[in-house]
Amino acid sequence: MTLRRGEVLGLLGANGAGKTTTMQVLTGNLAPSAGSVAICGFDLADHPVQAKQHIGYLPEHPPIYKELTVDEYLKFAAKLHGLARLTIDRAIDDVKARCGIGDCGKRLLGSLSKGYQQRVGIAQAIIHAPDVVVLDEPTVGLDPIQIREIRSLIRSLAEDCSVLLSTHILPEVESICDRVEILNRGRVVFSDSIAALQEFTRGLALKVVFRAPPPLSELTAIPGITRVEALSANSFRVDRKDDPDPTAEIVERAVREGWGLMEIGPIRERLEDVFVELTRSEC
Amino acid sequence: MILTLAKKELHGLFVTPLAWVVLAVLQAVLAWIFLVRLDTFLELQPRLAQLANAPGTTELVVAPLFSAAAIVLLMTTPLFGMRMIAEERRNRTMTLLISAPISMTTIVLGKWLGLVLFLSLPMALVTAMGGVLLAGTDLDLGLFLANLVGLTLIIATFAAVALYASSLSSQPLIAAVLALGMLLGSWLASLANPDPASPMQLLSVTKRFESFNAGIINSADLVWHAVVIALFLALTIRRLDRDRLVGKPS
Repeated sequence: MTLRRGEVLGLLGANGAGKTTTMQVLTGNLAPSAGSVAICGFDLADHPVQAKQHIGYLPEHPPIYKELTVDEYLKFAAKLHGLARLTIDRAIDDVKARCGIGDCGKRLLGSLSKGYQQRVGIAQAIIHAPDVVVLDEPTVGLDPIQIREIRSLIRSLAEDCSVLLSTHILPEVESICDRVEILNRGRVVFSDSIAALQEFTRGLALKVVFRAPPPLSELTAIPGITRVEALSANSFRVDRKDDPDPTAEIVERAVREGWGLMEIGPIRERLEDVFVELTRSEC
Repeated sequence: MILTLAKKELHGLFVTPLAWVVLAVLQAVLAWIFLVRLDTFLELQPRLAQLANAPGTTELVVAPLFSAAAIVLLMTTPLFGMRMIAEERRNRTMTLLISAPISMTTIVLGKWLGLVLFLSLPMALVTAMGGVLLAGTDLDLGLFLANLVGLTLIIATFAAVALYASSLSSQPLIAAVLALGMLLGSWLASLANPDPASPMQLLSVTKRFESFNAGIINSADLVWHAVVIALFLALTIRRLDRDRLVGKPS
């Protein structure tokens, strides 16, 4: 597995596929039984202290001390990561502003909501401006508004560092990541860019909605259409060939004969189905 | 870095009510012992004055006080140290320390130092109680100092054992019981075998203190403490490293 500079890599997989284990190995929390890990050129087994300097980690459960305040905790995290004493205060202010926890400085971590605790967790991971940020399921358990805010925070992180993100929420992968690796039972079953994954899902089918639909036989007669299936009274799934592409023909006929075309567009195979297919094929 | 970790441990200890309550009870017990001893001494004083080379205040009041302090701290250090690693495991905060660019040795030394600094508080109070007697009499400062050195070394040893016990479990209470078991067993080793030639004497953590208590700073005793402390700290480091290899969730 490779993470390049400046990219956001999504680790996708069912529960138990090995996402958390991979991240624990990458951050030095778990020793691998075979193979090696190198962060920015430093081998994790030979030079652990230097390698870990370049990494920030937010595990599945944010490692927060409930009895500390946000400021105290971030100060401790800054010192742990070797920040120079004089730069610590400014680093804390910067990171609080970035993560949207500027007002929470004096509050006890135990009294914060899950969303804010998650943000403090991310703050702790980036306070020493690492090259690699590893986030384990950063949006799990948050409400939709918080999810949106965390996602935009992650997108902004990607400007300065490389991000490795794990999730089992498929839309999240589409919205944040550049590249995706799908894990199943500890093995990588798909490794490519988001664009490639989306190509995977784009099928050769159209969804058309008419206000005054024509009889099925007329539709099927159009060259390039292999099959028509009625989804409801007005909408149809049209399976087509790539050549000749009947899309233009459908639109022209609809206008000419007054079918009242309301909607025409490709049906994407659902990402979920692709995921299930990819992970099942390994059984 | 070790100091940063030690300060954080201190902070963590002072934030819990448990530490304050135990410290208060400890101080109450020791103060009571001190006053009882002082009382006894004052009663005996006229008779002692008639003896040649009679034991003084330091030997009759301060030394027993330090002795009692050692035993009381033997019982209570497990309670102070039980959370150090066990609770970090339970709350999943060990990850923060292990992912940070610091070595396992630094982590263990930092925690140990934090506990020792915390225990120096009741020790300071005991010293203050003994020192207060200077207002009324002369003290054998040599004996005082020997006791101080002995107590410092013994609490450092207790701290190392408590920390190791904490690394053996993710339940603080089990860690406390384990530490108490080890320390009590060690104390009983010398009680059950009063014969000075017996090898059981080597296991006893309190046996060393008896020399310090009598005013003798023995280099063999200093070495014993150094070795035992190093041993338990090394065992703790190994234990934490083993978790990384075995894959215990931290």
